[in-house]
Amino acid sequence: MALYSEIVMDHFTNPRNVGVIENADGVGEVGNAKCGDIMKIYLKIENDIIVDVKFETFGCGSAIASSSMATEMIKGKSIADAMALTNKAVAEALQGLPAHKMHCSVLAEEAIKSALKNYYDKNGIPYDKTQFPDCENCAHCHN
Amino acid sequence: MQVYADNAATTKMSGLAIEAMIPYFDKIYANPSSLHTAGQEAKEVLDAARETVAKCLGCQAREIYFTSGGSEADNQAILSAARYGARKGKKHIISTAFEHHAVLHTLQKLEKEGFEVTLLDVSQGHNVTAQQVKDAIREDTCLVTTMYANNEIGSVLPIAEIGAVCKEAGVPFHTDAVQAAGHLHIDVQAQNIDMLSLSGHKFHGPKGVGALYVRRGLPLVNLIEGGAQERGKRAGTENIPGIVGLAAALEDACTHMAENTAKVTALRDKLIAGLSQIPHSALNGDSVNRLPGNVSFCFEGIEGESLLLLLDAKGVCASSGSACTSGSLDPSHVLLAIGRVHDVAHGSLRLSLCHYNTEEEVDHILQVVPEVVQLLRNMSPVWRDLQTGKREYIL
Repeated sequence: MALYSEIVMDHFTNPRNVGVIENADGVGEVGNAKCGDIMKIYLKIENDIIVDVKFETFGCGSAIASSSMATEMIKGKSIADAMALTNKAVAEALQGLPAHKMHCSVLAEEAIKSALKNYYDKNGIPYDKTQFPDCENCAHCHN
Repeated sequence: MQVYADNAATTKMSGLAIEAMIPYFDKIYANPSSLHTAGQEAKEVLDAARETVAKCLGCQAREIYFTSGGSEADNQAILSAARYGARKGKKHIISTAFEHHAVLHTLQKLEKEGFEVTLLDVSQGHNVTAQQVKDAIREDTCLVTTMYANNEIGSVLPIAEIGAVCKEAGVPFHTDAVQAAGHLHIDVQAQNIDMLSLSGHKFHGPKGVGALYVRRGLPLVNLIEGGAQERGKRAGTENIPGIVGLAAALEDACTHMAENTAKVTALRDKLIAGLSQIPHSALNGDSVNRLPGNVSFCFEGIEGESLLLLLDAKGVCASSGSACTSGSLDPSHVLLAIGRVHDVAHGSLRLSLCHYNTEEEVDHILQVVPEVVQLLRNMSPVWRDLQTGKREYIL
């Protein structure tokens, strides 16, 4: 199908890391059902390394593919590496997304950051709040 | 197995319509406006096609204007009635909330010019009643325009009753019959229809050609200037192959309407019964007064675009009213108009059948849709929240 690249279709039809981590160290959820996409990321973190990651997504094909790709990109990586993951890197790894689907890669970046923020909050680790997305006022769902 | 179940979007051309068109590309190809014998031969073909379409609608040939399609016909009908009304100081138009954008966007354009538009509510029974139309008619109403049948959810409107109400009130009545022509019985006299739009490619005819019926005496304004074609109301050299194909396809559809309706309705009902078994799903549209080929559902907890892509991968061509398929943040205005909330409207699926579909194909759809819905639900955080009671089911 020409709408999406082969990599998007591969990650959409065979998504990696689907599921839930019970007692996860960090959980992040972004988007809302009204807008038609929600991403939820679960992290298992040991010694600042993301040893496991799972996701659940309600959304279109590119939202599911972006979640799958983003989780692959941070699995086994350090928290610092995960924090540095950009939506652009996710979209590039998917060999590009149609212009009106770029927000799916943004959601993936934000879902990971939201899960890391949750990890920091739970463990009382101080962090720079400006590094994290402001989902409450994001233009994606509130314009 | 490949199953084409998107016939409301467009249909496969019938062999009969293709055959009918072929001579008019390279044998009888002259311009019907030319005076020479070859041109007059083409004119005779055009006249015959007009006669055929008129017969299918129950009107006179001189009341048929060929257009580039349903959208052009809708635009011309509505703008004509509006201009005519404005001359008499009438600037109120009645329509419904679930019209096609060809109608809604034309009405929005008129609103900017100072017209007042009443869009009738369609949340009761996913349809409108003639009483609603009657109650909305005012002294300054210059047009009632309602679709004959809805393209997304299949509701068939009470056209004859609405026509009677309009006739009694002396208000012109236009119907966008793009989904109905060739599928439902049309008689513009008996149904008191003053204007009607149709499109060739929705009943196994060619794309790029449509027709507008306008009752004799109602004035038309031109959208396209530059020639005396179509009684001076639609300039441009006539698309003879297209017009011939449209006429052949419409005649064929009207001739076989009873048997096609019986076959397609049976397939539709089997599909609806099967898909209704999926928990937390709901049929969209009028369950009784319904297009023979329309099946429209909302499935809670999933999103329509991913559903379509997975169905496509399993050989099923379908359609959805989700935001992701429309390229906007909002799901289909039709689903919102019938009262589906955003969360649910995103998870819609439309399957539209025709007489080329088979029972084996319906069985294939019934096998793959529940699988795909379950697959997507299994990875949906919304579904998990519904299942664990964190979120309440809507359907």
